[in-house]
Amino acid sequence: MTAVTESCGVVVQIGGLPIRLRCSDRNFVHQIEERYAGFLSSSNDAAFDFEIELAAPGTESRDEDVRVNWDSGQWLMQRGDFRAEWNPANARGRIQQTSNPYSLDSVLRIVHTLLLARKGGFLLHASSAIRNGRAFLFSGVSGAGKTTMARLAPPDAALLTDEISYVIRRENSYHAVGTPFYGELARPGENLEAPIEALYLLAKGPENKIEPINGTAAVRGLLENVLFFARDPEFVKLVFDSACDFVNRVPVRRLTFVPDASVWELIV
Amino acid sequence: MKNNCYVARSTAIAARPLGDEMMVMSATDSTLFTLNEVASVIWQAADGVTPLDQIVATKICTQYDIALEPALKDAEALVEDLAAHGILLLSDTPLPQAGTSRGVTS
Repeated sequence: MTAVTESCGVVVQIGGLPIRLRCSDRNFVHQIEERYAGFLSSSNDAAFDFEIELAAPGTESRDEDVRVNWDSGQWLMQRGDFRAEWNPANARGRIQQTSNPYSLDSVLRIVHTLLLARKGGFLLHASSAIRNGRAFLFSGVSGAGKTTMARLAPPDAALLTDEISYVIRRENSYHAVGTPFYGELARPGENLEAPIEALYLLAKGPENKIEPINGTAAVRGLLENVLFFARDPEFVKLVFDSACDFVNRVPVRRLTFVPDASVWELIV
Repeated sequence: MKNNCYVARSTAIAARPLGDEMMVMSATDSTLFTLNEVASVIWQAADGVTPLDQIVATKICTQYDIALEPALKDAEALVEDLAAHGILLLSDTPLPQAGTSRGVTS
């Protein structure tokens, strides 16, 4: 007789997309509940189901690059600390990882990049916040000031993330959605959504100033910060097209700033 | 470069006009290229069946008031560069199949 271990699960909903995560280890499920507390759905309905199998600690390696490939009708995602398969057709997937919750975070980021690409959206290396009902994005490479802008945000700004912004197209406009994906701030964003007022490409300097960036420079600056893992030509084209459409609809500006609260006086 | 040079856009790219420029992205390695106004004209005329010298004569020399010889020399350098990056195809015979597969988003 085979012993059957029943898995329990939670539904994590980011960007309005519910994903059920199941695991036979209740302690790990509890970790997931804590980690994604502001993004749990009480609904039983989920667009996708992932079964998580935990590997023994010490079997992982963080040195490997992420690899994402489409093979035989499913996405294969792997890095030193996880291996995941996902079949969009039957809406099911499997994740093998250690109990490190950041491995699951990485898988969720990849899944959302793939899903967003089809919907005209993308994940962006950017902090973001809502102020006066409009979302502002602050993008740049590591060290550019994403977390600094989040830390300096005034009390009336609702922080969506200090690390990975979720950009989704809603009819003829782009919206930013809060995510649980955080950086140095070590705090998930608020689960809110608002139309994007502007994208700022960050640069530190001796004074606060804003300069417009147009056309190809804006697309180039945006694409440099878009998260995309799949080296699939069709998906590359989708992301490129979304980036071009985005800069036609949303102002892109260079924000040079002194790292103190005065920079937020320009963000209105 | 040979007298009859045919140029066609690769299908493994995504491209989009932005203002007077054309942005082209290689779908295989995600490399980005920005084509200026004149390069964009050649790019858009690269249908695989029109010889390069005819493209230059009809699309460049007349529009920009430039002599054929220097314009063609510049155009040849441009298409060779783009071909080296895999985003343009060159041939001494027509490339009708490549020309009909635009791979261009708008």
